[in-house]
Amino acid sequence: MDIAFLSSAMVTLLKAVPMTLLLFSLSVFFGGLLALVIVTMRVSGNRLLSGFAKGYIFVFRGSPLLIQMFLVFYGLGQFGVIRYSFLWPFLREPVVCAVLSLALCTAGYSAEIFRSGIRAVSPKEIEAARAIGMSGFLLVRRIIAPIAFRHALPAYSTEIVLMMKSTALASLVTVWEVTGVAQRLISQTYRTMEVFLCAALIYLVLNFLILQGMALLEYSLSKHRRAAPPSAVKA
Amino acid sequence: MPGVTRLSVRNIRKSFGDHEVLKGISLDAEDGDVISLLGASGSGKSTFLRCINLLETASDGEIFVDGEQIRMVKKNGQNRPESQKQVDHIRSELGMVFQSFNLWSHMTILQNVIEGPVHVLKRPKAECIAEAEALLEKVGIADKRHAYPAHLSGGQQQRAAIARALAMKPKVMLFDEPTSALDPELVGEVLRVMRALAEDGMTMLVVTHEMSFARNVSNRVVFMRQGVVDSSGAPDDMFGSGASPAFRQFIGHFGGEQ
Ligand SMILES: Nc1ncnc2c1ncn2[C@@H]1O[C@H](COP(=O)(O)OP(=O)(O)OP(=O)(O)O)[C@@H](O)[C@H]1O
Ligand SMILES: [Mg+2]
Repeated sequence: MDIAFLSSAMVTLLKAVPMTLLLFSLSVFFGGLLALVIVTMRVSGNRLLSGFAKGYIFVFRGSPLLIQMFLVFYGLGQFGVIRYSFLWPFLREPVVCAVLSLALCTAGYSAEIFRSGIRAVSPKEIEAARAIGMSGFLLVRRIIAPIAFRHALPAYSTEIVLMMKSTALASLVTVWEVTGVAQRLISQTYRTMEVFLCAALIYLVLNFLILQGMALLEYSLSKHRRAAPPSAVKA
Repeated sequence: MPGVTRLSVRNIRKSFGDHEVLKGISLDAEDGDVISLLGASGSGKSTFLRCINLLETASDGEIFVDGEQIRMVKKNGQNRPESQKQVDHIRSELGMVFQSFNLWSHMTILQNVIEGPVHVLKRPKAECIAEAEALLEKVGIADKRHAYPAHLSGGQQQRAAIARALAMKPKVMLFDEPTSALDPELVGEVLRVMRALAEDGMTMLVVTHEMSFARNVSNRVVFMRQGVVDSSGAPDDMFGSGASPAFRQFIGHFGGEQ
């Protein structure tokens, strides 16, 4: 085993970690926001809005992310409105295209995850909130969203980990994140195994940290479902 | 303030599809009144309570809470409250206690109790916590304030739910079979709290199958039958010689409990 090569490859790849993290965090953030919009439309009870949301979810869950990314990267410039708009210098950037397509895609999945969380909220708890005078946004913010989020968290953790792995696709639209840098290194050194092993290790560590974080969050949000502390048990 | 009408309901009707569940019900509650609402299953007791705080929308009729009328409008032939803001305000003045407690599972008991005062009434949190602790003391579960609903017995959960409703300082308390979901040995602790509340002068409208409560705690008994008020009156009259034949037959089923 060539420790010297492995460590130099590792150092090279680690330099690309900030880009991977940037892709990941921006797309999770914007995808999450968009998912909230989509799920609000989906459960709004308005047929037009909910129909749009259903269509959105179908399209972005039903087609390969890679193709979505290619369409954004190579396709947006085809439209004169975009090509000649003030946004073009911005939308031309590979990173922006990658974040955009990752966010659009995860929004579809996350919206469905959030919706299943909302459906799991007990109508009785909602009724109790109405009965003390809550309605509209206050009801969502104080009762529905916190309960729904707790129900959705396990599935949402999985989605977030998938997102971390999906950032690798950005290499195909010339973003120099971990996988892209790994491929470049391989084309220079022809040492496929070692380089990809290093890359895999990086993703494993990143996902391990994410899962730990999510587990911690889940733990702190599920006190109400764990066994009672000893002091609360006695009748 | 005896003599002040806290709740006035006039000629409430409610249909689900073709099925008319409430066929014109009227009821007045003055300050301090404790009214027991009795009736067989399906007679419309829950629907009546739910119409009062607009969890159901009555098809017709008028409701006044502490003198304020709930404004209704007809939209496409359907009766609708005119303003959600008024509905929220009215609801904040009516404490509702449900058969199945309906505490918010993700909040501790104390959080459940301060939720309304802090976020609906927008009162200072420290003040609300102090009041909530006093209320929990009063219903006998102060030691459970940091526990979650799932960690409490049914009787404790229902007492917490009563404290949650009281924290809003309601003008009227509505109870929908508050003890029906409880194991028999837990019924007493909840009834004791309700009795203490009645003695404190709270205006209460109680749907119940507890004949001892109707007889000994309430000052009026209303018997509903098939969507109308069959008979009503002071407990002594209702349970004595003044009973209607239908009411007599109804309480016959509770023979052992009287
Ligand atoms: N949301 C609804 N949709 C359709 N029908 C309903 C609805 N809610 C109640 N009903 C019907 O209205 C009638 C009265 O119901 P309600 O729950 O008010 O009776 P109740 O007197 O409270 O009975 P119980 O003692 O069993 O609680 C019943 O026939 C019931 O089936
Ligand atoms: Mg009922």
